[in-house]
Amino acid sequence: MPNPKRKMSKTRRDKRRTHYKATAPTLSKCSNCGELKLAHHVCPSCGYFAGRSMFIPKN
Amino acid sequence: MRHQVKGRKLKRTATHRDALLRNLAMSLILHKRIKTTVAKAKELRTFVEPLITKARKGDLNSKRLVMSVLRNKDAGKVLFGEVIEKIGERKGGYTRVIKLGNRLGDAAEVAVVELVDFNAVINEAASSKKEEKAQKKEEKKAKKAAEQKALPPESK
Ligand SMILES: [Zn+2]
Repeated sequence: MPNPKRKMSKTRRDKRRTHYKATAPTLSKCSNCGELKLAHHVCPSCGYFAGRSMFIPKN
Repeated sequence: MRHQVKGRKLKRTATHRDALLRNLAMSLILHKRIKTTVAKAKELRTFVEPLITKARKGDLNSKRLVMSVLRNKDAGKVLFGEVIEKIGERKGGYTRVIKLGNRLGDAAEVAVVELVDFNAVINEAASSKKEEKAQKKEEKKAKKAAEQKALPPESK
């Protein structure tokens, strides 16, 4: 079976990985409390979604 | 071709998956609103909605068909009683899935599944719970205040 001739150096490995980046989540303001929240999700800070309470947040 | 690739396996065998969906359906009917992972919630929709439609027909044969899937007399009673009554003329879309975000521990996406027609009741329950909590807090505060008032003379 064909195999790599040389061990990949740490530099080459890490250079390849410079393109691995995490993307920031796109957040929007909650229409009930104004905190940032994910789209199509219940607001974690006030528990509201589409104008009604889904859960009561613990203080 | 993407034949026969509908649905999720949920990392279970066919029988295990069947049992899981039955349990979820039973819980949903009994409690009207349940919390699970998004994948299970979405699978549950395609499992209970046809059941409810069948139950709405109401003749003996459809009742037996529904019960052969549900296999729980209590849930059956609730389904053929209050659930059917409340759903009325709605043609499908009896359930709603609302995403809650990721769970602590395994970071699984969690959601709430609920019967659409039972919203008002649940909202009232939630608000009354809120009021109860607020009342309890006030009572506790009052108690603490009373205790503090009672304590100083004793310490002297
Ligand atoms: Zn909010």
